[in-house]
Amino acid sequence: MKLTLNGAPIDVDAHPMKRLLDVLREECGLTGTKEGCGEGECGACTVLVDGAAVCACLVPWAHAEGTTVTTIEGLEDSHPLQQAFMDHVGAQCGICTPGMILAVIALGPDPSLAKIKEGLTGNLCRCTGYEAIYRAIQSVDGSRPSALGSRPSRNT
Amino acid sequence: VRTATNTLELRQPRSLNEALGLLRDDPALIPLAGCTDLYVSVNFGTLGGSRFLDLGSLAALRRVSVTNDLLVIGALTTYTEIIRSRHVRKLLPMLVEAARQIGGPQIQNRGTIGGNIANASPAGDSLPVLSAADAIVVLRSVAGERRVPFTEFYTGYRASVRKPDELIVAVEIPRQSGAQWFRKVGTRAAQAISKVVMAGVRDQRPRIAIGSVGPTIVRATKTEAALADGASIDDAARLLGDEIHPIDDARSTADYRRAVTMNLLRRFWSDTQAR
Repeated sequence: MKLTLNGAPIDVDAHPMKRLLDVLREECGLTGTKEGCGEGECGACTVLVDGAAVCACLVPWAHAEGTTVTTIEGLEDSHPLQQAFMDHVGAQCGICTPGMILAVIALGPDPSLAKIKEGLTGNLCRCTGYEAIYRAIQSVDGSRPSALGSRPSRNT
Repeated sequence: VRTATNTLELRQPRSLNEALGLLRDDPALIPLAGCTDLYVSVNFGTLGGSRFLDLGSLAALRRVSVTNDLLVIGALTTYTEIIRSRHVRKLLPMLVEAARQIGGPQIQNRGTIGGNIANASPAGDSLPVLSAADAIVVLRSVAGERRVPFTEFYTGYRASVRKPDELIVAVEIPRQSGAQWFRKVGTRAAQAISKVVMAGVRDQRPRIAIGSVGPTIVRATKTEAALADGASIDDAARLLGDEIHPIDDARSTADYRRAVTMNLLRRFWSDTQAR
């Protein structure tokens, strides 16, 4: 099955009902996407599918066909949000961090604090109390090229 | 994951007609769309079957339109698409409110309104809105199409009039007059399953529907009639307390749900009072 994963075209053979999360971790070797609850509550497995945040534990592999998927590895350790989370101690145990960062990228550049809070309602963190995460996100200057992703365009 | 996903079968029709044909030939096929409920069952090992019908590529069911005073929402329209739709924002703002409070963005990006109806949970947050709005469920099979009032769609706990060979293809919502109101009460603002969820329309005869207080969504017809006849809000709230059938469960208690439902009615009434 063909799709674009972290910018590169790939062709992976996996069972169509296998969870996208498991294909990413097992077939593709991308273990940056974490499994927390496995039922769409915690957001630790958040990845971007065509720019929109989804829980990879709730997506059948069949639904990834022809899409563009971005995982935390796609940021290549060079995204300003990743450094900001380290600088502001927005990560403690780190399990929620990849999903947090991808959920923020889906919000587009320079989200307001209200928009950040609403945008992260699907991502649970049991260490930080969120304040450090909000500080980290707000410290990133979205006006710099590629600092934050572009907003997904899916209007009806 | 408690389910071996490689034992599951998935049929992938390319058109609605093909999907309906597959369903006629094998009514045990379970339709899947956004999968936000389905994969919870996969994780728990509580799937009700092993053969699935993928509706994911039926783009024709994924649109919002307005025709002849009817707002038509395709079954595969996601909550995110509902939130962004100018038609829904204008004509059914209480559905936008409900969609914004379902799960978080990850669930809103995937979950569909048809799935919320089909999953038939008494706690489905879009369902009181559809009930209070007098929505019509559009069902289609190879034999044709039929329309069922939403208030007659459910027959009991997780049971509906949908036949195994039918698919929910859309909901039609008549033009609403009167103020619309929605309120969800859960453990936290996001990612919570409702303890009580209420939608109301303040028309000449008000329309009130409540979730999580009975085996299916409850349309409070007696309370509505009393309010239309000029009953006091206290009398109406007492009537509503008798009209619902909440239970004690993991999320809440019957007493709490009854008290909150009565309070929500008062809130609905004061929030929608003409000034």
